[in-house]
Amino acid sequence: MEVSKIKELQKMACKVRMGIIEGVHAAKAGHPGGSLSSADILTYLYFEKMNIDPKNPKKPDRDRFVLSKGHAAPLLYSVLANRGFFDVESLTTLRQIGSILQGHPDMKHIPGVDMSSGSLGQGISCAVGMALSAKHFCDNYKVYALLGDGELEEGQVWEAAMFAANKNLSNLTIFVDYNNLQIDGTIDEVNSPYPIDKKFEAFNWHVITIDGHDFNQIEKAVADAENINKPVCIVAKTTKGKGVSFMENSCDWHGKAPNDEQYEVAMSDLKKIFEELN
Amino acid sequence: MSEIKTVATRAAYGQALVDLGKKRDDFIVLDADLAAATQTGKFKKEFPERFYDCGIAEQNMMSIAAGIAATGKKVFCSSFAMFAAGRAFEQVRNSIGYPHLNVIIGATHAGISVGEDGATHQCNEDIALMRTIPGMTIINPADVTEAALAVEAALEHDGPVYLRFGRLAVPVVFGDDYKFEIGKGVELKTGNDVTIIATGLMVNEALIAHDLLKEEGINARVINIATIKPFDKEIVLKAAKETGAIVTAEEHSVIGGLGSAVAEYLSEEYPVPILKLGVYDEFGHSGPAVKLLDEFGLRAVNIKEKVLKAIELKK
Repeated sequence: MEVSKIKELQKMACKVRMGIIEGVHAAKAGHPGGSLSSADILTYLYFEKMNIDPKNPKKPDRDRFVLSKGHAAPLLYSVLANRGFFDVESLTTLRQIGSILQGHPDMKHIPGVDMSSGSLGQGISCAVGMALSAKHFCDNYKVYALLGDGELEEGQVWEAAMFAANKNLSNLTIFVDYNNLQIDGTIDEVNSPYPIDKKFEAFNWHVITIDGHDFNQIEKAVADAENINKPVCIVAKTTKGKGVSFMENSCDWHGKAPNDEQYEVAMSDLKKIFEELN
Repeated sequence: MSEIKTVATRAAYGQALVDLGKKRDDFIVLDADLAAATQTGKFKKEFPERFYDCGIAEQNMMSIAAGIAATGKKVFCSSFAMFAAGRAFEQVRNSIGYPHLNVIIGATHAGISVGEDGATHQCNEDIALMRTIPGMTIINPADVTEAALAVEAALEHDGPVYLRFGRLAVPVVFGDDYKFEIGKGVELKTGNDVTIIATGLMVNEALIAHDLLKEEGINARVINIATIKPFDKEIVLKAAKETGAIVTAEEHSVIGGLGSAVAEYLSEEYPVPILKLGVYDEFGHSGPAVKLLDEFGLRAVNIKEKVLKAIELKK
């Protein structure tokens, strides 16, 4: 990827992160940590990769994305708003009565949301169903999903993994946001899903491990996935809370909103990153 | 009596899928390793490339079905009622119900008439569970004729549908001229002394009860409610007004099923005595289905007893 393109995506990812903070701060609730960690992955998919049209969110041949870790809704909303599916200003209505921006993604009311999600483990199965439908009806679109690493503790993930490989759903690529933290602690303290890569390999998936904040690596992994005749799992090593100094690598910020003071610090952290990219 | 033709509603389900499959190719059928029992195996045999076995993973199957429906395609998915409505409840609620997707759940082996498999497989709670999901349509056909029509109607319907089928061969109640419409109850017998509102295999028992009561000079109206949600308020309200007492009959727990739906509605609109016949808050056990129906009081004679009590309460 060209240096200028990388910079452009990094700047957009920074704007996306600001949108996350704006939303969660206004809502006084939500999940900033795991939204910030996977901002680069979604920025790449929505601004560089996926065949989508903000003016025609339901166009039949679009690529699909399922946010299996539905609690990262502030991220998905910020990406969709910045991509033009709806106004960026509406991000501050997150979780409010009357807002389309529900606490977890709602496909019935939010333009650009391909699947309602929020109950962990179900999104990957829905993505598998989409990929199966595409193959069955000879549609060419691709299906992507983002899972949390803690989410891998849900048994349904492995039911879905078994099925996807058995039906050879090569049009399906999932990302695991491997930030090593869940609500109650580190994922290995709580109930280790390790080794993540070997588990997916044992379920007959192709696995690619990357730095989830490196656009070159994200791009290469997604491109490689297209040439592999299997479902692909991209294990993306990330930093929970990425970009906001006091949120980084802290499970305290999994599901908590910053107060006004913390909001100022967070926004100033992100503005600094943005300015450094100029 | 030996001349009465009996067929299981699940058999109608499998055949209806084949018949629909011959007419159109825009839907997929899923099962969870029970194709022979649920009868989706008939479809699998006829259209192997349009059938996908999800294996023993009902939760995954429900969310996969949701994903297929989210791409704008129709899909049937099948398992036993216990696992479709029970085990996968949360997937049905969140993956299918919340986004109001066009998934048709073909749940077979409902109720106590599963028989020998015993309590773990006798689902007397599925109607109650499905009723709590906003926008879910629930259809419990009385016989093979109604079952076939219900499958076809479900495919045309917008939104999720739960079809409830039985394992046991039950009498064919309706002729070829029977009309089925989602959400519409059907008055099968006229009468103004009392109304028996029945669903599923209890419809035939209600018709027998009607004749038993007639011998005693009681004219019981009989209504078949196949669509339990949304249920036909109009026909129920009319019955309450005109007959003044209701007996409901279902092969399901008395908690949360048809009887509850009728009672919840009439208690607010037009309170009359309502007596519920069903399974009374207990687990079933192994045994031949017909003997279990006797033992658990799901017979015409039991309906008759309830009717006599209901008429007593009217006074």
